[in-house]
Amino acid sequence: MAQSTDLDLVSVVKRFGAHAAVNDVSFSVAPGEFFSILGPSGCGKTTLMRMIAGFENPTSGDIRIRDKSMIGVPANKRPVNMVFQSLALFPMMSVGENVAYGLTCRGVSRAEAEERANRMLERVGLKGFGERHVTALSGGQRQRVAIARCLVLEPTLVLLDEPLGALDLKLREHMKIELKQLQATFNTTFAYITHDQSEALVMSDRIAVMNQGGFEQVGSPRELYHHPATPFVASFVGETNRWQGDVAAASNGAISVRLPSGAVIQGRDHGQSQVVGKTALAFVRPEAIALAQETSALSGLPNRFEGRVSAVLFDGANSSLLIDTVGFDEPVRAVLPQAGQLAGIQVGEAIHMGWSADAVKVFSA
Amino acid sequence: MSAKPDTRLTLFLLLAPAVLWLGLLIVLPHVEILILSFSERVAPRVYVFGFGNYLEFFTEPLYWRTFARTAIMSILVTVLTLVLAFPIALYIARVAQGRLRAMLLLLCLLPFWVSELVRTLGWMMLLRETGVISYVLQATGLTGQRIEFLYNDGAVILGLVYGGLLFMIVPLANALESLEPAVVEAGFDLGGSRWTVLRRIVVPHAMPGIVAGSIIVFMLTVGNFATPVLLGGKNGLWFTEQIYAQFITRFNWPQGAAFGMLLLLLSSAIVWAGLRLTGQSLGTTLKQA
Ligand SMILES: Nc1ncnc2c1ncn2[C@@H]1O[C@H](COP(=O)(O)OP(=O)(O)OP(=O)(O)O)[C@@H](O)[C@H]1O
Ligand SMILES: [Mg+2]
Repeated sequence: MAQSTDLDLVSVVKRFGAHAAVNDVSFSVAPGEFFSILGPSGCGKTTLMRMIAGFENPTSGDIRIRDKSMIGVPANKRPVNMVFQSLALFPMMSVGENVAYGLTCRGVSRAEAEERANRMLERVGLKGFGERHVTALSGGQRQRVAIARCLVLEPTLVLLDEPLGALDLKLREHMKIELKQLQATFNTTFAYITHDQSEALVMSDRIAVMNQGGFEQVGSPRELYHHPATPFVASFVGETNRWQGDVAAASNGAISVRLPSGAVIQGRDHGQSQVVGKTALAFVRPEAIALAQETSALSGLPNRFEGRVSAVLFDGANSSLLIDTVGFDEPVRAVLPQAGQLAGIQVGEAIHMGWSADAVKVFSA
Repeated sequence: MSAKPDTRLTLFLLLAPAVLWLGLLIVLPHVEILILSFSERVAPRVYVFGFGNYLEFFTEPLYWRTFARTAIMSILVTVLTLVLAFPIALYIARVAQGRLRAMLLLLCLLPFWVSELVRTLGWMMLLRETGVISYVLQATGLTGQRIEFLYNDGAVILGLVYGGLLFMIVPLANALESLEPAVVEAGFDLGGSRWTVLRRIVVPHAMPGIVAGSIIVFMLTVGNFATPVLLGGKNGLWFTEQIYAQFITRFNWPQGAAFGMLLLLLSSAIVWAGLRLTGQSLGTTLKQA
């Protein structure tokens, strides 16, 4: 049997006038997968979702759900349900009626719909909330109602449009985990959009990084983080240092980039052939930078620099340093381990840093 | 709890014009009319207290039949206006954008730049036997002779619906405008048909607007005078005509006052029933209007 998919997009294009909001996007989502679309504001994520849900028609291309083309199928006939950016709970109905709404639309009797709605509310941790008015719920509870309202219909695919956007930070962290758990227990396919890379990295099985209407790269969170395919992905997913310079030398996969100041960075070519003299971008993750008080401790590393701490960004385990370094226009960002003798470092102190050639991703600009 | 005396004085001064206006123009005349309605004429210029004027209403079939007819026709006109105004308001509130929306509202407002009398006369030009519609039908050969469209219930209803339309559209469009588009989309997304979404989401949301518009149109219709008289002619039989006749033609002010009170009672009762039926409170409704 061929590998089955829940959702396939084939060369989907959506134009608003001359502006292509979604430009030639193709991807597939496997059953039970948590698939995220990550991109900056205005890149066309919502437009893409709305086409899958059936609120917009693609200008060209095909959208298939379980191998059935959805072109021309109205929103209320598609086996997809959407959790809206604004949640869009029905304010004129109680919590129970909100959840039962979809069932009664399908012709399920009132009594049975109510019973199934109550069971669903119990599963999302809202037992006994059926009679409540939707305005009398907290943000997290409203969130769960919006999801329960979709899941009760047992859809092939649930679309979530930045559902955590309106929540405060603490609740958002909590809901991230809860959403992932809900998805696992119901084993429903989720397509999730967000502009928050940490949300996408934490929850997803696979992520598509979107920019200006097109997909830059599709892959697992680790792939995106460690092997970005484009400069956009390298800078959008996770923290990174980004330097622009010219290719100074390239041979046998080894590549060196000369910054405008003359400083040279040794890196590795990642499959793209680089031409000497062309402009290039080099990326290094802050956690790939080793710090030491003596330069001798870094002797094994090809890239070694010396600088002065310009800021200590304390954030527990995510603490980092900004280091003013000779040869670099902007301070270099490096993760500061909270154990060891460097943990107590102060602004103004001198420090040595180094990183391997493998840690440097070079792209032609 | 206790406000400082000077703030209370300010409040009093601020409210004084409104209180005066209410008192002089609304409460006072109605108290007068109420008192008047309970005085019976026993001899020329001799009046005594009594319920005779009200008894007269119940014993004379013409009066209470006209009364009932006015009530039923007004409800019918209100319902028709609502049914006609709903799609228009829906279009103005949800589909039309920017300038088009302003244009449409202006278009609804346009007929009200001329007086009600002129508007009604306009309808007469169209509908009378020698009028435009009759002429066109004849000229196109659809009918052999002239047709009189005036002086029947249809003409009266047409005129009243036309006059009430704006007052229904505005509160309806207001109510519909505040409906979040995503809520409607969610209604479809979860499998609702157009009809389900309309019935379970759009109409419940618009309910305060529906009730507000209906109350306004009903009140305007019940109390209308020119339209039923001009378009209905002898067959108009509107209760306001009876009041007019008592006050002006018969010079029987106490009888007219009693009719006036009954009409007030009728509108209040029907509005109250309407509010009860739809489960709306007067407060939320007034906010919408
Ligand atoms: N109905 C429309 N008519 C014209 N342009 C539109 C329409 N809807 C969206 N656009 C444009 O398409 C682009 C993508 O919009 P979209 O709403 O998909 O962005 P998004 O990625 O969801 O952004 P956000 O993260 O801010 O929600 C934007 O430039 C927007 O202005
Ligand atoms: Mg969006």
